[in-house]
Amino acid sequence: MGMEKTTSKKILTFGLVLLLLVVAAGAPLYAPVYTVILLTSILMYMIIAVSWALFSGPTGYISLASAAFFGAGIYTAAIVGKALPLPLMIGAGALVSACLALLVGALTLRLKGIYFVMFTFGLVELLLHFILWWEVTMSGTTGRVVPPAGNATVFYAMLIILAILVLTVFMIRRSRYGLALSSIGENEEAAAHAGVHVTALKIIVYAVSALFMGAAGAAMATRWTYIDPRIAFNPLVSFVPVLMAIFGGIRPLYGPIIGAAIFTYLEEFLITRFPYYYMLIFGIFMVVAILYMPDGLVGLTQRVWKKMSRRNHADT
Amino acid sequence: MPILEGKGVTRYFGGLAAVSNVDFQVEAGEVLGLIGPNGAGKTTLFNLISAAIPLRSGSIAFKGKEITGLKPYQICRMGLARTFQTVKIFGNLPVFDNVLLGAFFGGEGRIASAEAASAAASALEFVGLAGAVATPAKDLTLANQKRLEVARALATCPELLLLDEMMEGLNATEVNRAMDLVRMIHDKGITVVMIEHVMKAIMSVCGRIMVLHHGAKIAEGTPREVSTNKTVIEVYFGERVDASNG
Repeated sequence: MGMEKTTSKKILTFGLVLLLLVVAAGAPLYAPVYTVILLTSILMYMIIAVSWALFSGPTGYISLASAAFFGAGIYTAAIVGKALPLPLMIGAGALVSACLALLVGALTLRLKGIYFVMFTFGLVELLLHFILWWEVTMSGTTGRVVPPAGNATVFYAMLIILAILVLTVFMIRRSRYGLALSSIGENEEAAAHAGVHVTALKIIVYAVSALFMGAAGAAMATRWTYIDPRIAFNPLVSFVPVLMAIFGGIRPLYGPIIGAAIFTYLEEFLITRFPYYYMLIFGIFMVVAILYMPDGLVGLTQRVWKKMSRRNHADT
Repeated sequence: MPILEGKGVTRYFGGLAAVSNVDFQVEAGEVLGLIGPNGAGKTTLFNLISAAIPLRSGSIAFKGKEITGLKPYQICRMGLARTFQTVKIFGNLPVFDNVLLGAFFGGEGRIASAEAASAAASALEFVGLAGAVATPAKDLTLANQKRLEVARALATCPELLLLDEMMEGLNATEVNRAMDLVRMIHDKGITVVMIEHVMKAIMSVCGRIMVLHHGAKIAEGTPREVSTNKTVIEVYFGERVDASNG
């Protein structure tokens, strides 16, 4: 009976996701432009939060380099944008970002705990200032123009990137490598002594997560059209997705997705309604969330659900 | 040819020689006991063999191949597995997944999923944890956590197994069961090197014993030879031991 219950639950979940996807995919056809743009930024944050959770969730290596990988995608788009069509441009952004992660990973993934966190965050600043310096002294510019793509185009690009990402994360988590990633988070030394090539696995998965952040950056660049290093390497992009993932719940795949959706919407809502107090309300909201929902929204729902079903069982 | 051979194995921590110029040989199929007072360098020697800490001076060969400079995962895949003095399990993962990891990654070459699952199941069966596959590893008793580590090591198909104080902190019944487990592992044809403080276990399970003191090897031989060795009695069993107590 337990088996039947899980299967029917799975079918229900699958159906719901499909329905949601169809409704979302049709948005540019019926929704106002404002909604499409909002949905695009929600998708963007979903991509960054899910990619972040892909690596940092199971391994416990808290990376704050998301802004660097996202920015690398943006800047690549800005450099190659005039020469390449959109899909290739996104591909180039993804690739550059992944290569950067391979390099950074090889250098830093031997660091543990707070040292790793600090280095990854330092990377964002380093890249920002390096490119600022480069643009001023070498190319003599401070900003670049990216050929704009339509709102609907950017929206669909994000949707496709997210779909591929979710599929990738799903496959990795189901595979032996998903197990190996969790084992690294649980006890890295034991994992190594049980035959896991921990360094290679960490670096590769880190690069995969950067790949998708870079792709999202390149796609987003076409909507922002004008970019400079300070726009591209915005440190908030390192923090916000982490908060989103924690808020939604890091462990399940849909945790960061739900977190990103609610967070982005909430931010938009607060900015438009309470432009002066929005940061304050947002901050309070965050503190409450972290204090009372250590396993995120998903964990909270599961707890309430369990309590309710237990009560029902007790009644019968 | 010995299955494991160390020559001049040395490791300093600062100015302290944790392991100093130790030569050792482990014959295939034997159970070798490694004893010595606290701080004698036993665990450091294990760490050097399994490459948990790099060996800078001396050399170690496994199955005739030099393993100095290899990484832990490479050594594991060659067939040399270990357990840890303070258990290092994947606490939040189910018992089964702890062992499955070893089956997936610890063997030579790529293994099919179904094959790995059955290897993990049989390793758990072997150590007597088949009834707890879904339990989070951290909820097991210490004795069972130590068995879980053994199962994870066995799932990597080792030819040589290093057991680091498997009986520490166990009660008398659990010690007896652990001794039986070591014998069963030995019967499978797996060579065992075990660090142990429980003398009863060492004396009855090991065919040969090596004694470390201040990082140096001070004696080696059968349990009878070692337990009557004068130096060993002085440093290990206490200096003034009457025949009646010994």
